[in-house]
Amino acid sequence: MEVFKECTDVQSNRSSYTSDESHDREEISHLQRHGWSAATVKVLASMPSRTAELNKSRRVRYQASSHESPHLSRPVKGASVLAEAEEINTEVRSDLSYSTDSNLCAAENNMDQLVSSLQGLSVSEGTRKLREMPLSLADKIEIRKVAFSLKTESSFIGRNIPCYTHLSMYISMTWRHCLFSCLPVFSSFKLWHSALKTLSGRYGTGVLSYFLFLRTLLFLNLLLFVITGLFLIIPQAINPPPSPKADFSGIELLTGTGYFSDSLMFYGYYSSETLPGDQYRMPAAYFFTIGFTLFIICIILVYRLSKSFGKNFQVLKSNKNLAVKVFSCWDFKVSKKISVRLQSEKISTQLKEQLSEMIKGEDKKTCMQQLHRLIVHLLAWTACLISIFLGTIGVHNLSGKNFNVKTTLNLPKDTELLVLSAVVSGINLLLPGFFNLCVWAEQYESPGTRVYVSVFRNLLLKVSVIGVLCYRWLESIPANGLECWESSVGQELYRLLVMDFIVTVLYTFLGEFLWRVFSQTILQKKRKPVFDIARNVLELIYGQTLTWIGVLFAPLLPGVQLIKLIVLFYMKKRSLILNCQASRKPWRATQMTTLFICILWFPSFLGTVVTIIYTVWTIKPSEKCGPFRNLTTMFEGGQMSTRHLEDAHPILKWLSWVYDCLVENPVFLFLASGVFLMVIYFQAQVVDGQRKIISRLEKQIENEGKDKKFLIAKLQDLCK
Amino acid sequence: MGNKQTTFTEEQLEAYQDCTFFTRKEILRLHARYRELAPHLVPLDYTNNPDIKVPMTLIVTMPELKENPFRERIVETFSEDGQGNLSFSDFIDMFSALCEASPRELKTIYAFKIYDFNRDNFICKEDLEKTLNKLTKGELTPEEVTLVCDKAIEEADLDGDNKLSFADFENMISKAPDFLRYRHLFGYVFIF
Repeated sequence: MEVFKECTDVQSNRSSYTSDESHDREEISHLQRHGWSAATVKVLASMPSRTAELNKSRRVRYQASSHESPHLSRPVKGASVLAEAEEINTEVRSDLSYSTDSNLCAAENNMDQLVSSLQGLSVSEGTRKLREMPLSLADKIEIRKVAFSLKTESSFIGRNIPCYTHLSMYISMTWRHCLFSCLPVFSSFKLWHSALKTLSGRYGTGVLSYFLFLRTLLFLNLLLFVITGLFLIIPQAINPPPSPKADFSGIELLTGTGYFSDSLMFYGYYSSETLPGDQYRMPAAYFFTIGFTLFIICIILVYRLSKSFGKNFQVLKSNKNLAVKVFSCWDFKVSKKISVRLQSEKISTQLKEQLSEMIKGEDKKTCMQQLHRLIVHLLAWTACLISIFLGTIGVHNLSGKNFNVKTTLNLPKDTELLVLSAVVSGINLLLPGFFNLCVWAEQYESPGTRVYVSVFRNLLLKVSVIGVLCYRWLESIPANGLECWESSVGQELYRLLVMDFIVTVLYTFLGEFLWRVFSQTILQKKRKPVFDIARNVLELIYGQTLTWIGVLFAPLLPGVQLIKLIVLFYMKKRSLILNCQASRKPWRATQMTTLFICILWFPSFLGTVVTIIYTVWTIKPSEKCGPFRNLTTMFEGGQMSTRHLEDAHPILKWLSWVYDCLVENPVFLFLASGVFLMVIYFQAQVVDGQRKIISRLEKQIENEGKDKKFLIAKLQDLCK
Repeated sequence: MGNKQTTFTEEQLEAYQDCTFFTRKEILRLHARYRELAPHLVPLDYTNNPDIKVPMTLIVTMPELKENPFRERIVETFSEDGQGNLSFSDFIDMFSALCEASPRELKTIYAFKIYDFNRDNFICKEDLEKTLNKLTKGELTPEEVTLVCDKAIEEADLDGDNKLSFADFENMISKAPDFLRYRHLFGYVFIF
């Protein structure tokens, strides 16, 4: 009995938390353990959840050491683990002193229970179970001695395990060891993995999403480049058509004319005339390669988009993530001081971001203030839209003049071609700065909203610019009577891309640096400026759209974009570290990646596909250059090649029959999309149902807790 | 096979092998590492099970543990006297429980014990605050720390007693994405 009293004394010191509770009800006083009578304690101690405790500290000896008598050290505490292994996970309510008491009484029984449970199993099973017990090694050795000595007496095969078991064990252990040590290696194979880890820890998830997006685009371009390289560039490079080579002067790198205009770079170079007869038909290759790459990119984008959306609609939503983050975000494998410090930074940033999401304070504004804000918003939007409109008009007029040679400025030859791209790049440089000014004037509450609004405005700008340029190229250029209009369009795209690159480099090196110096010295701000995510991401998307449109007219363009992206990564990283700082209010960019891929998919990629399909279907290719000369449309070239292929290989006839029946048949498409939509609907319903079940179960657990408190209180009352 | 070693008897080695996730070689290497920590204290010959304990101050100098923010707690949890002085059994036990071959359930049990600073078998708010301070090393302000702890307990506490029992903890860990559970819950690679 005195053991109980002593234990309750120990416990009273630790139950101070109950006194802190502000919502003290009368029952709480009943729940204070030092007030419980011995009878209550005894009853509670023999509750099934208390006797079947999983996380019983086996070092309980030291805690009871002041009250320890010699016979306590012998019994195995918490040894009932395996006997009730299945119930444990649902019923554990751990409480030190009571389980100590219960185990003191029942310890001997538990040890026997455990030993007997082990005896019922085979040697390997028993060993496995023994290893998984949360007991001290000394205890385990004792149990093993008892359990297995009895076993070996009864079994014929002694402890000498046959050698193949040793070997298989050894193999499985080595395999596991290899696997575990290889996994981190695989993840570090991902491009720029360590750099991104550093960046995300310091600057937050928003900036990280930009760099991840850059990496995605890099891989897409690599894929594009490899496919066009294999099927278009290399065959043509091996069989070059005879053409007069112009001299190479430096300006060609910028304008794409001259030396480059009759090269692998542009559409005009490719022809079916130099390739050996029927073996490799350039029109077919051109048509199908472009079609195939676009199809592959479409699939990849849809897949990424659906994965991102899927993450946002998970069953267990992210608002329950804080506790998980605290306990499982730390990577215990790191042992270097620097990495450890970096991890601290990373986890702090993540926690701060989640906190800021949770505490979204809303200040109440007066009517006047709300009206004022509304007016400011309207003004800002009008200003932005007007500026976009003006920019678009400017580009429209300029591009109309561009292909007529006369200009008013006296520039050296060929540089007049650069005027359009310079103007477009200038607009792309200045207007986002203007948008930033508007956003600063509007003074949005949360940084997240600010970024989304900026993204939208930048998107409008880019869409209008590219839209107007495409219109120009497709409507007026072919009718202009140029010798090789596709190459001209390709050259224009090349110029736009290169000029964009140069301007970005200059802006990153000079502009951001100067802005930081300016803001720190003249504006006297203590903090460095924040990395402008919206502007940079839209720049990437703009470049990528140009590349995609340009693949048809200039097959080497993805290579240019590839180089540009690689250089951009290192440059932006450097600039970020030198000139920028994390946002003062950390915010969680959970949906940034989804948004970026969405923008990449919807206006950018689909727009490109529409443009290309329009070109291929309706516009007449030029007569003197390119693989589709002497045809009415490029599409016809593709059809002709298909027919030719079918004649050559009859097997493909059934393939085209299948194509005609299935893909071009609208009924089948309707059916397929109908089934698809139904599947999506069912999945959504299942997810919804699971969410409901989870919330009900949680409510049930809460109620059980309340029941327990109620019963304890009643027990107290009865004992009094 | 192999070298004739005199550190342990065959029965001892077999017992260790059966009760931990290590092979013979690894156990012998572990003994060598253990001895390295305090060569004057730890004898070469363990056949008669000497009762030697290496103090915590020496154990936390091991490279695997040196930068771990929870090194003292880990050593305390596995020590018999609760002060962090490990005998060789405790030493092997510690690395066996934390090694990669040990199952997730076992690691969850020990993780709970390690995070339970005041050893009352609950992770209460103070325990959580200490954990957080060790993880973030002063990057968060005290208000932020309190706020995170409040929110975390609110999220994870299922039965409403404002503390995390083992069931709450295990339930919460099971919600972590697989790769996090897999790698981050004490996935040690014991360096040989």
